[in-house]
Amino acid sequence: MSTPRSSRSHTVRVAIGVAVAVIASAALYLWAEGGKTFPQDALDPQGAVARTEDHLWRIVFPITIIVFLLVNALILTIVIKFRRRSDDDAPVQVHGNSKLEIGWTIVPALLLAIVGVFTVATIFKINERASAKDNALFVKVIGHQWWWEFQYPNEKITTANELVIPTGRTVQLEMTSIDVIHSFWPPKLAGKVDVVPGRQNYMQLKADKVDTYWGQCAEFCGLSHANMRLRVISKTPGDFDTWVSQQEQPAAAPTTDAAKAGALLVQQRGCAGCHTINGLEGMNGTVGPNLTHLQSRSVFAGAIFDLNEQNLRRWLKNPPAEKPMMPAQGMGMPNLNLADQDITNIIAYLETLK
Amino acid sequence: MATVIERTETEVVTPRPSSTAPLLRRPKSTEGFWGWITTIDHKRIGILYGVTAFIFFLAGGIEALLVRTQLAQPDNHFLTADTYNQLFTMHGTTMIFLVVMPLSAAFFNYFTPIMIGAGDVAFPRLNSFSYWTFLLGGLVLYSSFLFGGAPNGGWFAYPPNTGIAFSPGHGLDYYVMGLIITGIASTVGAVNFITTILNLRAPGMTLMRMPIFVWMTLVANFLLLFALPVITIAVVLLFFDRNFGTNFFNPAAGGEPLLWQHLFWLFGHPEVYILILPAMGMVSEILPVFSRKPLFGYPVMVFSGIAIGFMGWGVWAHHMFSAGLGPVAVSAFSITTMFIAVPTGVKIFNWLGTMWGGSLRFTTAALFAIGFIAMFTIGGLSGVTHAVSPHDRQQTDTYYIVAHFHYVLFGGSLFGIMGAVYYWYPKIFGRMLNEKIGKWHFWTWIIGFNMTFGPMHFIGLQGQPRRTYTYPKALGLGTWNLIATIGAYIIAISVLIFIGNVIYTKLRGPLAPPDPWDARTLEWSIPSPPPPYNFEQVPVVHSVDDWWHRKYTEDENGRLVRIPEAEMAAAAERHAAEEHAADAAHSEPHMPSPSFYPLVASAGLPIIAYGLIYHVWLVPVVGLLVTLAGLYAWTLEPAVEPPSPDDEAPATRELVAASTPALGTGAGDAPAAADATATDDTSTTEEGA
Repeated sequence: MSTPRSSRSHTVRVAIGVAVAVIASAALYLWAEGGKTFPQDALDPQGAVARTEDHLWRIVFPITIIVFLLVNALILTIVIKFRRRSDDDAPVQVHGNSKLEIGWTIVPALLLAIVGVFTVATIFKINERASAKDNALFVKVIGHQWWWEFQYPNEKITTANELVIPTGRTVQLEMTSIDVIHSFWPPKLAGKVDVVPGRQNYMQLKADKVDTYWGQCAEFCGLSHANMRLRVISKTPGDFDTWVSQQEQPAAAPTTDAAKAGALLVQQRGCAGCHTINGLEGMNGTVGPNLTHLQSRSVFAGAIFDLNEQNLRRWLKNPPAEKPMMPAQGMGMPNLNLADQDITNIIAYLETLK
Repeated sequence: MATVIERTETEVVTPRPSSTAPLLRRPKSTEGFWGWITTIDHKRIGILYGVTAFIFFLAGGIEALLVRTQLAQPDNHFLTADTYNQLFTMHGTTMIFLVVMPLSAAFFNYFTPIMIGAGDVAFPRLNSFSYWTFLLGGLVLYSSFLFGGAPNGGWFAYPPNTGIAFSPGHGLDYYVMGLIITGIASTVGAVNFITTILNLRAPGMTLMRMPIFVWMTLVANFLLLFALPVITIAVVLLFFDRNFGTNFFNPAAGGEPLLWQHLFWLFGHPEVYILILPAMGMVSEILPVFSRKPLFGYPVMVFSGIAIGFMGWGVWAHHMFSAGLGPVAVSAFSITTMFIAVPTGVKIFNWLGTMWGGSLRFTTAALFAIGFIAMFTIGGLSGVTHAVSPHDRQQTDTYYIVAHFHYVLFGGSLFGIMGAVYYWYPKIFGRMLNEKIGKWHFWTWIIGFNMTFGPMHFIGLQGQPRRTYTYPKALGLGTWNLIATIGAYIIAISVLIFIGNVIYTKLRGPLAPPDPWDARTLEWSIPSPPPPYNFEQVPVVHSVDDWWHRKYTEDENGRLVRIPEAEMAAAAERHAAEEHAADAAHSEPHMPSPSFYPLVASAGLPIIAYGLIYHVWLVPVVGLLVTLAGLYAWTLEPAVEPPSPDDEAPATRELVAASTPALGTGAGDAPAAADATATDDTSTTEEGA
């Protein structure tokens, strides 16, 4: 009854099953990955810190793959080799094997000890902090529900959602939150660090080349957590200096009639309760993003919308409809019920904030 | 029968102890609806736990399907942000507190007493109290959907986001109350199981002869006993912050949000082992049976389980690697987290060693157990990559973590539990689940599972954070998300196949013999389903897997040899004599006396909860009085109703014995057993009176 043939067909079935699984997985992988770019790919480091972290991944990941293959090869072997051929099978009653068991206790422990040495060394490395005498750029990161504020204390610049940095220079971030816990995560430049109210946490960034890096808040921070994104824009040192000197300027006075009317509306309709525009009288709120150089940014509203006339118009018409917010509880921008003409004028003014 | 008049007379002449506190008349019937409500039989409570947890599993599963549907495409508008946040919070909270924990508790309840040769748990009414408290706690949590919105701060509920300023609704108050009430249930359950395992073992059942599932039950319940107070303290502090103006976690007033994280994960990480150790125990029972070999390295399996239990207390801060703890703390917790992988790895290799050289039978239960090893290994290995904490800064709070813990809790716990369902279903319900449907269940389950959670490794490492209700198309992750969503629906189909199997088995399934799998442990030595008192005579245990060694021995080469029939019969007689001698001290078999009071005592708890949530201060007082009244009457009620001499009702034990030929000796003991469980006849006449 229990002929070699039935045993062989069992082996064939298992082999076909494994082959189908492998091919199906490979097909799914190609379908999902083929020709796509992943702007928040943590496995594609573009800066010194992310690369340091990535080195450890490149040590530990192959080890896990080897163990995975080993365990699954053993399972497959067992499933093929030791299947019951007859109800009278009388396997040898092995109760254990001390040597083997000690072996598979000690070998993984040793492997992990080696990984542990690299890990601890890297932990101290990525926790390094630049001091004032280092040639580092210092930026304060402040988490808000649901956008990012960046203050450059030495340059006296405040901006939002887009962190502008020079290439090749260490950027020392000092991070805190004014409301709930957030987490600052620009994957290609560095792993995330939480942004905790009442505490200062630190992170270093260093970008290799000129680029725009994506990131977003990684700690659940309430209703619009998914809409709290960010960009890190790296510029050549020269371009960065130009950007700094431009940001240090106050906003230019409006010249066209529409822009003048818009500036007046901004002052009258309560925008100052939240927003600052350096150079426009009375505009010094700190709850919302600083708008002095709004047009120098490419995105707004927690980096979820491209900055253009059309998106600004929709936003000003009814902000909570564009991004889930709770203005009644003081979280996010309320609907100001602006008339279409007012919106047109306000946009005309905002477009002067270069 | 003429019991009506006789009973009245007896009660006038000699009042029973229970009638000194006649808050509620003691239920007599163990049949029908009220029989289930008042049962204190560990087996029925086990079934109640299992069925309730399965219903919560369906609820949590529907929440997961809604979440996956929203994420099927980038920039989707199927759910609002707020609904999504409620659903993912409730999905996690449900699956942990209302599904995996009580599903494990169902098996603790049903099988630990039988596997150690006991008649019931140590405190049967406390056991009933545990169940009702768990159910009511779950219902309180779910009632939040009806009363203004479910909790929406994640199962981890980090303040200050969950403080009153940022979460002004009542949802998080329901979260607090749900966790406290279900925590009470688990704590008293833990006391009960620990006492049962340590004190009620049959003669000869030394600790190192206990089935490995009982060992893992013991370890998991010690973890529960010490972990639950920590989360209870944390949620009480949170409740005070939210309702009474304290500032434990409020940084604006000098509070410390990280204090919550430490408390939460000091509970939360042992909790992970509470969820996985029972499943490891189940797999350790299933694999030897279907390999026809003993568990490879039983003592090592025991000690690695204990080691995991201890080390599980020293790794909690690996949930906080990005919180800014500083390099020293992060280094310490990275190292401990790496080394907890060692005892886990030992277990995996010992399971492989168990199967190696065996004679494997691929029943559905065995497939789930083997699937457990393969899937749990993936979860364990991704866990090792988290221990490399600098890279964990990339991984944490992304879908990579979601993938990891689903490979542990679904690929581990739920695979183990499903294996246990197929393995023990015949014992519990007396019918064999259909193997063909079972295989469909398994293969859809494992394919759907891998399609759902496998891609999340990529989704996470390629940049999608967890707990985000939407993601832009530009992230490039739409295809993986779509695959994951399709996988989730395949899992849903798999669950429907399982439900179909249960229905089919109920209608058509063949009756189960006492020992359908040719198994090893004591529960297979008694009928399927077992009689209320479990064992005719308390078994006397001589070795690990005692039941197996009554059937098999080894030849000089260590090969398996079946003991000849005649020899087995002679041995059985010797056993019976020995057991009779050992049993002489307590020849009365345990018969559960039903009681209302555990339910009354637990019914006060949700009343207290609602009063506290809505600040109606009279209501908690009422709830407290209800609970106290239940406890008061409970203490005055005898654990087992004493026999009344006039009660001529035939014992249930005799009826059961008559219906199960395997146990023909019960009749002689009938008068002794007549105390507790009345037959249908008696209860009918009582109601007539």
